[in-house]
Amino acid sequence: MNEPIDLKETIDLNDINELHMKVAVTSIGETADALLDRRFGRCAWFAIYDTETGKLEFVENKAKDAAAGAGPAAVALVAELGVQKIVSGEFGFKIKGMLDELKIQMVMLKEDKTIADIISLLGK
Amino acid sequence: MKGRPKRIRRISGMPAVAGFMPYGHQESQAGTIFLLFEEYESLKLLDYEKQTQEQAAQAMGVSRPTLTRIYMSAREKIATAFVEGRQIAVEGGKVELDGHWFVCGACGAVFSHPDPEVVPETCALCGSRLISRYILGPKE
Repeated sequence: MNEPIDLKETIDLNDINELHMKVAVTSIGETADALLDRRFGRCAWFAIYDTETGKLEFVENKAKDAAAGAGPAAVALVAELGVQKIVSGEFGFKIKGMLDELKIQMVMLKEDKTIADIISLLGK
Repeated sequence: MKGRPKRIRRISGMPAVAGFMPYGHQESQAGTIFLLFEEYESLKLLDYEKQTQEQAAQAMGVSRPTLTRIYMSAREKIATAFVEGRQIAVEGGKVELDGHWFVCGACGAVFSHPDPEVVPETCALCGSRLISRYILGPKE
């Protein structure tokens, strides 16, 4: 007997990414009312938001106090978490190159916004 | 005393290689020459793409005299490497990749697109269509 065709396999992967995506927002605190952390590599927390399930979780950035290599460590962490988009204040030149290679989209915000503000923008 | 901060130089892409090694006579004890990304870019625009200094300066977001300085430094470094048989490593400099940054008129977010071939239609943050290309300027 033939297996039923899995519709998901016939959908363009890019479409799936649009529907289901993990977004990392650098955060100074562990709650949704915390402000965006302007630093990427040395941010305190990563708020990981799942656009499909609406789930929000906080992951501590253990590399934030490292003497060197905080940026690459943060890149490795978000890549491992399967993040496709990162919202932060600024990204260093090397970090931009690394994230481009990994096809992770970068969003830079200049003004102070809370994690909840940013998530509501993403939900629009 | 520290001078005025350098303007960010725009480069159109990363070099294809990380550097060059001399071959043949291998007795040189001298260290590696570091060719900055902006110096590499100036050579590419002027000597490889045969742009004028005005065009290249505009492309890199610096003044014409600054472009000339960057270019002279690039030539000097390459000449030194050739004559003294030293390695060249292409790295460093105050640069920013050009071409794939966009700014949203609605929420103010500046965002990249992971695929350099694609021009996005909506803001990566709020989904607004009020987006335009973002030219990276000097840091405040």
